[in-house]
Amino acid sequence: MHIVVCIKQVPDSAQIRVHPVTNTIMRQGVPTIINPYDLFALEEALKVRDLHGGEVTVLAMGPPMAEEALRKALTYGANRAVLLTDRHFAGSDTLATSFALSQAIAQIGNSFGVPDIVFTGKQTIDGDTAQVGPGIAKRLNLVQLTYVAKITSIDLSARSITVERLSEGGTQVLKSQLPCLITMLEGKTVIRRGSLDDALRAARSAIVKWSAAEAGIGDITKCGLRGSPTVVKRVFAPTPREKKAVQIDTTEKRVHDIAEEVVACIFTHQPTLQHELTSAGSV
Amino acid sequence: MGTRKRQAPPPAALGRAGTKKDLPDHFKSYRHVWVFIELERGQVHPVSFELLGEGRRLADQLGVQLAGVVLGPPADSTRHAVAEAFAYDADLVYLVEKPLLTDYRNEAFTKALTDLVNAYKPEILLLGATTLGRDLAGSVATTLLTGLTADCTGLDVDADGSLAATRPTFGGSLLCTIYTLNCRPQMATVRPRVMCMPQRSNKPTGRVIRHDLGMLEEEIVTKVVGFLSDGQSENANLAYADVVVAGGLGLGAADNLQLLKNLAQTIGGDYGCSRPLVQKGWMAADRQIGQTGKTIRPKLYIAAGISGAVQHRVGVEGADLIVAINTDPNAPIFDFANIGIVADAVSFLPALTEVFIRRLAPGNSSELR
Repeated sequence: MHIVVCIKQVPDSAQIRVHPVTNTIMRQGVPTIINPYDLFALEEALKVRDLHGGEVTVLAMGPPMAEEALRKALTYGANRAVLLTDRHFAGSDTLATSFALSQAIAQIGNSFGVPDIVFTGKQTIDGDTAQVGPGIAKRLNLVQLTYVAKITSIDLSARSITVERLSEGGTQVLKSQLPCLITMLEGKTVIRRGSLDDALRAARSAIVKWSAAEAGIGDITKCGLRGSPTVVKRVFAPTPREKKAVQIDTTEKRVHDIAEEVVACIFTHQPTLQHELTSAGSV
Repeated sequence: MGTRKRQAPPPAALGRAGTKKDLPDHFKSYRHVWVFIELERGQVHPVSFELLGEGRRLADQLGVQLAGVVLGPPADSTRHAVAEAFAYDADLVYLVEKPLLTDYRNEAFTKALTDLVNAYKPEILLLGATTLGRDLAGSVATTLLTGLTADCTGLDVDADGSLAATRPTFGGSLLCTIYTLNCRPQMATVRPRVMCMPQRSNKPTGRVIRHDLGMLEEEIVTKVVGFLSDGQSENANLAYADVVVAGGLGLGAADNLQLLKNLAQTIGGDYGCSRPLVQKGWMAADRQIGQTGKTIRPKLYIAAGISGAVQHRVGVEGADLIVAINTDPNAPIFDFANIGIVADAVSFLPALTEVFIRRLAPGNSSELR
């Protein structure tokens, strides 16, 4: 079986800082990582491959430096890595991104075998939209299985798959068909470390690099800024709160007295709370 | 984070976002604001009412109608959802009623919603950014080849009637305002609890437009073979809890989560955490509060040992009262908390719990009120 995993190289958002005067992102020195949610997708893909045989191809779209993320994915045990990189992709929104990725996945199908499953993470930590996975599924006409917590079974001869999918208020158990696209939920799964063999292979492997044309994209107007129906018109910093916190003085006081003061302060700010908490609390 | 410069210009100042281009002619007939009413397993998701509140405001600004879209099986719950849409001020409802819409499945719901859009042409379509809404919105926008702005925190109409959708970017460090200039409908999703819950109006039922769905069960590949409800599990309503207590790395050890739970139980609240605790495996991912977790809007939020990174901030800013406990007097959480206590959460939480127990004891409440 052939599995494609879409990953994205993202700035580690925990370390992003905004320049206080210019309100621009200070990218210098911010490390890039594989989008953490994509690692769960990659791990699940590797597990499925280990169980059913076949190959895992990782695919990323991004600048040439995104090669690092793909090489990292190879060290985890992916068989092949494809980097889709072209300046025509700059400024892509979710619709343009899903177009480019779906074309590349079709080209991967032509070159290395049609995928049975395409995996993505549930969302990225930089864009945070969770919309690219569904966009790829729709464009490739794949069954769409989002927020999958667990793959219960895959029957290759019947081409069927059963998954548990997070939904509002519970978990749906879905039975569906291959080929499908799965957006994988984070879970308790431990991400493998990858073997020494994989690390050596990753260091030696050539990463397949495709431009838009090499990925079979004929209509460049569907890519990048031109192919994006949404336009970012304004970027600005959040408005800071007018007032800073009322600081409770904690010097040379017993912790109990401080707590008394805090509770009194809470009820002064929100007088109705005392009554509401009294009726709600299980004291 | 340092001090940030205050940003002044309102997004509504420019017509068509300052471009001179006209909307393509075939999109000019797209009018009215639609809200997708999320009905799953017989329940309307409260985010739908929050969106009707926003939709009402946008529709009034544009001078158009507000419509609810209800997709569901022929059942009382579906009729109830229609009535609720009117109760929250929709002018009309589009209804597709089919047995195959009983459980949410992408194929059927995508077709039903795209068919409706193609038939009745709304200019704005809003959905909740829930697991269902995000699954559906991405498919519908891709099918219609239109723009979709996910997880908006602000919706506005500019001078010539374009939707200005504002959302956090780079984990909430910055906000950006996004337009869908040359496509219709303009689609946006909003997470539960980001917008205020509007008042229920006692509006009489309005016009219901029924639409058929030309689809057979056999055409749908995906079958729902089971449902594991988490109705019993205590975490179903974190986003909608009136009181929330959350912990961060400052709790020091997984065992100390009990201190958090004790306080939450004492004041009848729910509990959650910041992202690092989920990464450490101390708490389940569905209890994470912040940009990649849940947005909350409680009357009282107590953050214990949470530094208040911007990713966390965007998830809690809607709280009426934020109480922050942190050992670091320079922690960013004190920039947006209402009450700050520089203290070690591990020793402070039990004291706070104890005081609450005493103050909230039945004999005491009347005396103190």
